Amino acid sequence: MNADPQALATESFIDRLKACGFYPLRAETVEILQLNITRRCNLNCKHCHVQAGPSRTERMSREVLKLCIRAAAHPAVSTIDITGGAPELHPDIAWLVQSLAGLGKRLIVRSNLVVLLEPAQRPLMEVFAANRVELVGSLPDCRPERSERQRGAGTFPRSIEAIRELNRIGYGRSDGSLKLDLVHNPAGAFLPGSQAALESEYRRILQQRYGVSFNQLFSLVNCPIGRYWHYLTASGNLEDYLRMLRCAFNARTVEKLMCRRTLSVGCDGRLYDCDFNQAADLTVNSGAPNHIQDFEFGRLADREIVVRNHCFACTAGAGSSCQGSLA
Amino acid sequence: MSETYYERRDLEDFAYIGEYAPEAGAKFFDYYGVATSAGVLTEREKALIALAVATVRHCPYCIDAYTHKCLSLGVANDEMMEAVHVGAAMVAGDTLAHATQIRKIIKKKEM
Repeated sequence: MNADPQALATESFIDRLKACGFYPLRAETVEILQLNITRRCNLNCKHCHVQAGPSRTERMSREVLKLCIRAAAHPAVSTIDITGGAPELHPDIAWLVQSLAGLGKRLIVRSNLVVLLEPAQRPLMEVFAANRVELVGSLPDCRPERSERQRGAGTFPRSIEAIRELNRIGYGRSDGSLKLDLVHNPAGAFLPGSQAALESEYRRILQQRYGVSFNQLFSLVNCPIGRYWHYLTASGNLEDYLRMLRCAFNARTVEKLMCRRTLSVGCDGRLYDCDFNQAADLTVNSGAPNHIQDFEFGRLADREIVVRNHCFACTAGAGSSCQGSLA
Repeated sequence: MSETYYERRDLEDFAYIGEYAPEAGAKFFDYYGVATSAGVLTEREKALIALAVATVRHCPYCIDAYTHKCLSLGVANDEMMEAVHVGAAMVAGDTLAHATQIRKIIKKKEM
């Protein structure tokens, strides 16, 4: 063993991939089509990599949505993952969900939960249930203090109320017929612990204290871009956090990286390897089509992935993806 | 630049501690992994025990590592402080328990 910890703590993600024989990193298929349909959100979370918020106006046009539905019909695409912002704030969300549900594929909507209690959005809960949508709800912590430190005052009880409403219409029950998964991400400059341990703690606290249930917990590493980057900088944690991500690099996560099976579509129809690259404005860049109007499975399925140092967030420890840990 | 024996970055070298004694190093890490991961006790219970021991032992590396681990596992701040109070109470208790030796000698020696 002759590793130099100093070098490991400072080298680039590309160097690290080269060292373990994974550079250039290539996609292996397009199994998940992830649609970022709006940057608008009712919350202003401190960790948000896309910097969504109430003042953002970007949203996918009906024309681009139709192109996404056409691409989603490709037989290799098994999962459509709708995200934002708060996708519920897109005026076409009900139409989009109904149109995509007709394809008979796994359909996910990522929700901040709180938005579902807004009078205009409340009916969407029934629309999601009727179309067998899997809901993935953000809940950074199962205790109010840490959760609200990230998402703002008053968000925790409203999230619990939304989960309770969802439980009432059949979401998050042990039979798993209507899936409600929750997302944990650290409320601070540290990495998440084991997903299994966190899930068990969430289940215990949420059941005992609030009487609500969910199916699975996805534990996500905060990516050092967007608003989280600003938080790290302002709090004096940036250097330590980047170093921590590098030191936690786990080569076993690379083959399972989400970008190798995902294509991310931005509000304007441009294509990205993942939602983080989208936030960093790094489009698909290997000669493959970079707009949904030119979607061509054959040229996108084995494209070279654009990697930068923020990718260390997905390879740290047990790894991280929109579906939780990787290893 | 001031130089001290304890540097925060030293902890990054911990994983390579077996470099000059690979067999013992590997056995230590195997044991360490088993002892600190979930068993009959949960991972978070073990992290709290480790945090209390780290503080009692005044080990800055372990305090850093296990505060991070507790945060990572969603351990609440008041849970961490309660665990440290158990450690502090044990230190106070074991100090005072040794006062029984003083008392024993006093009672034997005094007229």
